[in-house]
Amino acid sequence: MPGPLGKDLLGLAPLSAAQIELILDTAGPFREISERAIKKVPTLRGATIVNLFFEASTRTRISFEFAEKRLSADTVNVASAGSSVSKGETLVDTARNLEAMKIDMVVIRHSASGAARFLAERIESNVINAGDGTHEHPTQGLLDMLTLRDRFGSLKGRRICIVGDVLHSRVARSNIWGLIKLGAEVAVCGPRSLLPNAIEDMGVTVIDRIEDAIAWADALNILRLQLERMQAGYIPSLREYNRVFGVTSARLERAPKDLLILHPGPMNRGVEIDSDVADGPHSVILDQVTNGVAVRMAVLYLLAGGKPELAEAAKKGNA
Amino acid sequence: MPTSATTVLDARAVDRTLRRMADQIVELNAGTDDLVIVGIQRRGVQLADRIVRIIAAQEGVEVASGALDITLYRDDLQTVGPRPVVGLTKLPWTLDGKRVVIVDDVLYTGRTVRAALDELADFGRPARIALAVLVDRGGRELPIHADIVGRRIDVAPGQRVDVMVEELDGKDQVVVGSNDGEH
Repeated sequence: MPGPLGKDLLGLAPLSAAQIELILDTAGPFREISERAIKKVPTLRGATIVNLFFEASTRTRISFEFAEKRLSADTVNVASAGSSVSKGETLVDTARNLEAMKIDMVVIRHSASGAARFLAERIESNVINAGDGTHEHPTQGLLDMLTLRDRFGSLKGRRICIVGDVLHSRVARSNIWGLIKLGAEVAVCGPRSLLPNAIEDMGVTVIDRIEDAIAWADALNILRLQLERMQAGYIPSLREYNRVFGVTSARLERAPKDLLILHPGPMNRGVEIDSDVADGPHSVILDQVTNGVAVRMAVLYLLAGGKPELAEAAKKGNA
Repeated sequence: MPTSATTVLDARAVDRTLRRMADQIVELNAGTDDLVIVGIQRRGVQLADRIVRIIAAQEGVEVASGALDITLYRDDLQTVGPRPVVGLTKLPWTLDGKRVVIVDDVLYTGRTVRAALDELADFGRPARIALAVLVDRGGRELPIHADIVGRRIDVAPGQRVDVMVEELDGKDQVVVGSNDGEH
């Protein structure tokens, strides 16, 4: 029987507002576990989780691993380099081989959009998307929303502006889908070359100037500018990007109210965000990291759903 | 056959019972030194708060207290569905050497208390752990007994015993409900 979220967490687009609220509500109590002297509860004892990372990641992989270990699951990390993936094995073959070793969950990061769904449809284990191409990064979206909700109480009517390279950003998509479902107003701001065509169709407003975005928003979620975008010709230079779209304390000082500053990391200080903003009083960037572990614990807990049919079978066996 | 619900304890009886339990807790621990009162989510937490207030009024001492949610320590998480809601756990930083009293509303199978003991062990090594319950309804499935019992009730398995507290339910009372085959 599927749990309250179904078998997999592939993105925020398929979830209802109630399901997203359930994850955020569940994440609250999980934060306390990471504050204990013994940071561990026995909830997922005996469950085996494979972290299948086909793309480089430090923060997300470590965050998932902490979440899994604090729930007492057994974890195995598979990176593409040094595994049979580099010998040309397909994604499905890799996963089926893992599944033959009796695993319960797979956390997957892959450069291809849709990789998580592709896998979820072919294996019985629960699949959690830890970022697929430019599609979604649902746990990042959830931890951003938890961080915002902590500060704002509710997201209803709150104005969130996503700044930067929206075109290549799975974080932006998960944020947009999730925030709108919870009643926030969402805008995007960045060079037109880095905004998808017809992004308005997702229900967001486009703001061209960062000054206007700062004047409008209650919070800015500042995306990482991938340095390779410059070589690809999306922006003329990093210095010019910083001059036109960089979030600086000088710009924030002119805002009518204090804004919360979010960044999914890793940051390019001096490019999309200045150091004094990143380390400033309104930055909740490290809260995001703390919340990331709690949100992932909540997702693992909710997905690793109970199997009532086992209890029924046991009862019949006893009778 | 469903039978109608009967009130076993009304608000005044609940209050009297909690006062007696508070006295017994102080007596059992020979005072209030190192005492920590821990309520089990959900209704044990409100009952624990009342006991703390009664002790404060009688002894002039604000004893340490906390809340414990045992959901993540349940022994049926592999089979129960849908996922139970997780409540907040809030305990003093360490329980080393403390005299802990667990407070819960109803003692039934003993599985909640088993989970609570496991969870408390992750917070330190108390000098002693005692159990105080408002209602003991029998039906134990584990070798667990309460040190302090507000009221013993004999009910059939499957019959409901509902403890209501003003903070969550609008009034204090204990009701033995109909035999609905649940719980």
